[in-house]
Amino acid sequence: MKKKDYTPLVAFMSVSILIPFLTNIFQVNFFLTQLTMSAYYALAALGLCLLLGYAGQISLGQAGFFAIGGYTSAILSKAGLDPRLAFVASVLLAALVAILIGMPVLKLKGHYLAMATLGFGVVIEKIVRGTPALGGADGISNVPSFTILKDLRITGGKADRLSNYAIAFVILSIVLILMINLLSSRSGRALRSLHGSEDAANAMGVNVANTKLGAFVIAAVLAAIAGSLMTHLNGSIGPGEANTMKSIRYLSIVAVGGLSNFTGTLAAGIILNFLSLRGVFGIYDDAVFGAILVLVMIFAPNGFGFAFPARFGKGAKK
Amino acid sequence: MNQTILAQYLLSGLIYGSIYAVIALGFNIVYNATGIINFAQGEFVMLGGLLTHSLSSVLPLPIAILSSVTITAIVGALMEIIFIRNLGVLVKGDGGKGGVMQLTIMTIGLSILLRELALKVWGEQVQTVPFFTGNESSSLSIGGAHFSPQLLWIMGATALIFLILSVFFKYTLSGQAMRACSASRVGARLCGIRAEVMVTLSFALAAGIGAAAGAVTAPLTQTHYAIGTSLAIKGFTVAVFGGLGNSGGAVAAGFILGIIESFSIIVFPEAFKDIVSIVILLAVLLARPAGLFGSREASRLKEF
Amino acid sequence: MQVSGFKFARTAILFTMMVLSAQVFAATIKIGAIFAVTGAAAYLGAPEEKTARLFVDNLNKDGGINGTKVELIIKDSAGSAEKALSFAKQLIDENEVVAIIGPTTSGESMAIRDYCNNAKIPLISCAAAETIVEPPLPYVFKTPQKDSYVAKWAFQTMKDTGIQKLAVVASNTGFGSGGKAQLEKYAGDFGITIVLSEQYDPNATDLSSLLTKVKSSGAQALINWSIEPAQSIIAKNMKQMNLNIPLYQSHGFGNIKYVEAAGSAAEGIIFPCGRLLVADLLPDSNVQKKLLQKYNQDYKAAYSEDASTFGGHAYDALLILTTAIKNAKSTAPDKIAAAIEATKNLAGTAGIFNMSATDHNGLGMESISMLTVKNGKFALYEKK
Repeated sequence: MKKKDYTPLVAFMSVSILIPFLTNIFQVNFFLTQLTMSAYYALAALGLCLLLGYAGQISLGQAGFFAIGGYTSAILSKAGLDPRLAFVASVLLAALVAILIGMPVLKLKGHYLAMATLGFGVVIEKIVRGTPALGGADGISNVPSFTILKDLRITGGKADRLSNYAIAFVILSIVLILMINLLSSRSGRALRSLHGSEDAANAMGVNVANTKLGAFVIAAVLAAIAGSLMTHLNGSIGPGEANTMKSIRYLSIVAVGGLSNFTGTLAAGIILNFLSLRGVFGIYDDAVFGAILVLVMIFAPNGFGFAFPARFGKGAKK
Repeated sequence: MNQTILAQYLLSGLIYGSIYAVIALGFNIVYNATGIINFAQGEFVMLGGLLTHSLSSVLPLPIAILSSVTITAIVGALMEIIFIRNLGVLVKGDGGKGGVMQLTIMTIGLSILLRELALKVWGEQVQTVPFFTGNESSSLSIGGAHFSPQLLWIMGATALIFLILSVFFKYTLSGQAMRACSASRVGARLCGIRAEVMVTLSFALAAGIGAAAGAVTAPLTQTHYAIGTSLAIKGFTVAVFGGLGNSGGAVAAGFILGIIESFSIIVFPEAFKDIVSIVILLAVLLARPAGLFGSREASRLKEF
Repeated sequence: MQVSGFKFARTAILFTMMVLSAQVFAATIKIGAIFAVTGAAAYLGAPEEKTARLFVDNLNKDGGINGTKVELIIKDSAGSAEKALSFAKQLIDENEVVAIIGPTTSGESMAIRDYCNNAKIPLISCAAAETIVEPPLPYVFKTPQKDSYVAKWAFQTMKDTGIQKLAVVASNTGFGSGGKAQLEKYAGDFGITIVLSEQYDPNATDLSSLLTKVKSSGAQALINWSIEPAQSIIAKNMKQMNLNIPLYQSHGFGNIKYVEAAGSAAEGIIFPCGRLLVADLLPDSNVQKKLLQKYNQDYKAAYSEDASTFGGHAYDALLILTTAIKNAKSTAPDKIAAAIEATKNLAGTAGIFNMSATDHNGLGMESISMLTVKNGKFALYEKK
């Protein structure tokens, strides 16, 4: 019986709590802004980690769900709806779209699934870019801040830097706990059995189609949550968030963080996005993620990230 | 709508169609030999156009084109040897279940790297290639509809490439060896065929074809470092539409898609034109993954 | 636990940082710049970045502003709004710049506008959208001419040549959408009916089917509003399709490379633009002539390519900013903003700038001239 291993979670939470103290000491509190943005991108990558690393389904359309979450929140909250309700609506919409798309598409395998999800992402991008009501190429700006409780807001102002950092990392921690619990539950075992062999799983009584769909929906929901909260943090969203390159970046992050390694993916997602948002990669931003994909595929094609060894299901991987 | 306008829509459909067809041919070659979808195929087209642009200022145009095709073919071969072969999965038995997926993902990374390299070498500006006959304003006419003579060159090149490929695969030893490899790797090796060499050859061939496509279309479409991405998406839409691995299907599918796209603008805003091809892609994938002309069995065999 | 070790390390690091920052603090004026040097908007961003560096180098060679050198911190946003925002926050909170120029695109400008304004740091955008400065925010300005003025100039010329039915095509970008909106708004004022109005994918490599639709619409002229190479493709496609109606372009055509790419098909294209491209043809009495010629020469000498009007927007932004700092005799951001707003009669590449509390762009109708292409070169358009 697999024990729940909370070590990575504890490590993650400890580092997260430590960081604001460090930034304070070294007078680099402005790092918190970019760390918060990176956290939300990492959340979307986390969804892909579950889908790809555990259910073994590739998706090149995570950016599409991120955009659905972000745009829905933006439009509804600008129209006057309470951002909390808008948030719920955007997550529900993403889940709905994931079910509708997932049911037919998940029957495909390998390349075909990759292409179908890629196509989905492109359609979303074309729609938001080409529709004036959705802001067209300029996107939507002046999105109001998201008030969670009386003084706790998701917004981009300097004064709210620390509280927003805290919100983001608390959310990440909660999601991480949920994921760990999911994996050691019955559904989680069903999920992990898929990666080994779908036929065997089927023979054991696992409803393969529903399990795959469940993972797909969870991934979409996480991306939508990330998109929605990021939109309030930045006060804006644009069609660039639905770009294929973004989906590829999520893939690179999961690949290097460890296909089945949640904390590895989070760490990779936060670090890589942080560096990218600070312009450390200069004009080679895309090249870095491309190189990561190539290198990881050469040196660790079976999904164990470079630096962070996988902790779950070692034997089930090919 | 009068006949001239109809003919004009048809002609622009043929322009799009031939561009798509020739790119899809490149996808099919690699797919047939290895089972991989080479996302970098679009970049080969880009390299063909940009190299022709650079070389045409120092060499006569036909030599420039031949050189750029050769250079790109070498790039394709090198890419395979250095990166793809490294995984070794392809030549060890019949390819592990995860192997092909990893390689496809790797081609995504490689396509990005090639693109960034092109940006470094040629900059972000768009570049032109001289028209093969006439110039940018030349116009021929058929049934009242007008078009550039370059279109004839593109269609001619597509036909020629298709013919050469058919002859190659059917009648030459290397071509037959490649087909043997794609049918059964183990069987091929038993016959003394070196699978690694065949795979490298397939990449070189696909790259060369892509470059030829790039060189012949560049006068019309202009070329720059980033055109590869969207071309790749269209290219594999057409390849899937026609049946992955089926070259004749690819050509037919290319023209069909091109014409559909062209006429779609009558009812659909141009801004959403790409959605038309994606919807077709999704419909094909879901309803008939074998594509229009692929055989049902072949598509099942190629499952991963 | 090594408490003393930790304290020592902390002190050492702080000390090092102080020493390092002292070097930088040796009196420079820090200006931030966000440009889309790579990515989809690189046609605009790359010349802007080159121009900005050239401007600051020349300025520092002449001693800087009031004797103090300028330090330009440039960030490549690759056209991405969220990166632009991240850099804006970085430049303001971390680098503590006194002002920011750029970004390149309207989408990015709209994303960072509020943050800069709330942080009370002047922002001079190089993007075209009218909404950036309408309604005006105290700290936000822009240098490109108003799209509505560009549109009106084009319409006036069309009216003079008897055009009543117009087809409009624009690229699916912020620039294209903005222009299209202005065209649709003012066409009626000039007695012109728009018979077709469509946006196309900026990556389009062939627009013959769209042009077929234009052909069947019965339009007497076509205007294309984009910054992409599609401008050249449209010109060529039209000739290939034998669509012989006048082709108008927007001020996005202001780059000789597009003329070269279109070859013989570029002859006779008409477009409203600033006068940078025809500097040599201007009368000597023209206030801008010397400045335009110098910019053209310096840019060509430094980068072996012709200057374009896009780079000019960055030039103007820096010109306005450094002039304002000079006049304000201070680097306090609020004083700089006030000085920018007080800009009067400043000759830049795009025109003569006259700002006010209600006009944070400063260029009027007279900043634009109608240009055309004659024998492969830019020329002033002459009414027949």
